[in-house]
Amino acid sequence: MTAGVRAESETAPRDDVLLEVRDLQTHFKTRAGVVRAVDGVSFAVPAGASVGIVGESGSGKSVTSLSIMRLISSPGFIAGGQILFQGRDLAALSEREVQAIRGRDLALVFQDPMSALNPVYTVGKQVAESLRAHQKLTRQAALDRAVELLSMVGIPAPERRVHEYPHKLSGGMRQRVTIAMALANEPSLLILDEPTTALDVTIQAQILDLVRDLRRRVNTAVLLISHDIGVVAEICEEVVVMYGGRVMERGSVEQVTKNPRHPYTVGLLNSIPRPEMKGRKLSTIGGTVPNPLRMPPGCPFQPRCPKAMDICSSKPELSEAGDGRQIACWLS
Amino acid sequence: MVDADNQAATAAQDGAGPNDEDDVLLDVRNLKTYYPSRSGLLGRQQAWVRAVDDVSFTIRRGETFGLVGESGCGKSTLGRSVVRLEKAHSGEVIFEGQDVLAKKGRDLKRLRQDLQVIFQDPHGSLDPRMKVRDIIAEGLVWQGTVSRDERAHRVRELASLVGLREEHLDRHAHEFSGGQRQRIGIARALALRPKFVLADEPVSALDMSVQSQVLNLLTDLQEDFGLTYLFIAHDLSVVEYISDRVGVMYLGKLVEVAKAEDLYTDPRMPYTEALLSAIPGSQAPGRRKRIVLGGEVPSPLDPPSGCRFRTRCWKAESLCAEEVPVLREVVPDHWAACHFAEAS
Repeated sequence: MTAGVRAESETAPRDDVLLEVRDLQTHFKTRAGVVRAVDGVSFAVPAGASVGIVGESGSGKSVTSLSIMRLISSPGFIAGGQILFQGRDLAALSEREVQAIRGRDLALVFQDPMSALNPVYTVGKQVAESLRAHQKLTRQAALDRAVELLSMVGIPAPERRVHEYPHKLSGGMRQRVTIAMALANEPSLLILDEPTTALDVTIQAQILDLVRDLRRRVNTAVLLISHDIGVVAEICEEVVVMYGGRVMERGSVEQVTKNPRHPYTVGLLNSIPRPEMKGRKLSTIGGTVPNPLRMPPGCPFQPRCPKAMDICSSKPELSEAGDGRQIACWLS
Repeated sequence: MVDADNQAATAAQDGAGPNDEDDVLLDVRNLKTYYPSRSGLLGRQQAWVRAVDDVSFTIRRGETFGLVGESGCGKSTLGRSVVRLEKAHSGEVIFEGQDVLAKKGRDLKRLRQDLQVIFQDPHGSLDPRMKVRDIIAEGLVWQGTVSRDERAHRVRELASLVGLREEHLDRHAHEFSGGQRQRIGIARALALRPKFVLADEPVSALDMSVQSQVLNLLTDLQEDFGLTYLFIAHDLSVVEYISDRVGVMYLGKLVEVAKAEDLYTDPRMPYTEALLSAIPGSQAPGRRKRIVLGGEVPSPLDPPSGCRFRTRCWKAESLCAEEVPVLREVVPDHWAACHFAEAS
């Protein structure tokens, strides 16, 4: 399904494209100047598919997800582009219209579950609230449904847990609760922003397992944001690699992880320690992520790129690379 | 400091660490670090959090000993107890024939020069009001045996060693990126020419492309100065890459110790098996099958009887609740604390 859609994504949205981000620009006004945190990002999420965005800090991946949710607040603003969700441009909707969609058709799970949960209400009340915000349900019916949802995300003894407060739960259990809240209204797109970064590896495995299992049971599309390409590979069919506010490479997880083509993706994957690298030096990307206020003109990766040429001081567009993927590099 | 009774009782366990090989730099024996936890009315009931509970192992000269485990397993407390950043309850840490835990005053000061630390958070561990020059020189000033000129010279030398430029020295730590800050922290740790360095999650806060730079720097410095590292991290791939031998902790206990290759390809303790199978991306062909552990880590205030992992272990039998499995050598240089280590 995804292979066909990817090739078409530059043209008009097809029926089965759920989300299409087109040339998104999200900027932040600071005293020192304008930061172009997201600087012309385009990608699509087909209905029921799973797409991952990977990038290091400052790549703009989280700002992209917050922009889609319309959760960017001053001094940040969406400066341009479209966010077509089910055919409507989220970037152009009023706050009221967005509220009707957010939490119903579009749901978000954050890295830190404690920030998404209110410490003074029981878990059950919070899940029930997210239900009642979008559906006409009695208090009791909502609570019953909350128990069902908690059981669906693998919380043991849910009928007892609904009466507990968030601080009584472990980090992994809290993240399950926020996933239950996000799924409460059967959204067509679930955005997971670093959902396992704060968790231990065995708990991360439980949560990734849960997301995989839920995708089989409910037909929700997933947009997963992570700094860890291994986590993306566990869940997603397709991956978008971001750097310096732009998309560097986009393709199937298989293509990008096995045979990366953008010099940044190549450098990133080679710098991951692997068993076969033992006893040898890791390859590195020289330098550091550029200061967002002083982005180089042209390709943001150019100052660190081993293959930089004169032409790289003008921006390469994200374009078809012939094998179904897209690359923003003058070399391809 | 040393509990004589306890020592006698556990004397049989001595050697329950791979300490028969080569040249041992650091020998940790029956180390226990407990924290009091008050509960009940007016906090009168005192219970003990057994953060590190009777751990013995050795670190060989020039090696990198990796220590892994999930949050709360006691790996950082163990590392910090070894260099006396944390007060151990009992046990011994023998460094070149001397018990680090029993030293006081001048002897301790001398010993501390040999045992240095690189911390995880380069933000929190570097004083924002100090210039980089002064941060690196801190140890030399504390040591008090080096002249001002010599100190300035040493600082420049250290800076270039870790890849900082001369003009960086007059700036403040907060002006640097995470990777650069970690370089400052490394230069500070090396100022006193230590023999042993505790690296507590040194690359966890860094981006992937910067992490590899710092890992390369650490291995370069190890080769150049013959350093011995205790490398603590929760990232299992990083530990596999950098370590000669690896120890796995669970709920205050050291449950497996082996050469990195052996541990990662042939784990003998079920917990290690589950931990390794949980590495994201490890589902590639040829890698092991994912084992998803049920439940969560029990409280260290009230650990399960017998084997502490038994409540989540799919191989547990009644023996596991009755008897604490001792860390023993299952195959040469591969130690595991599991009653069924031979069978797996």
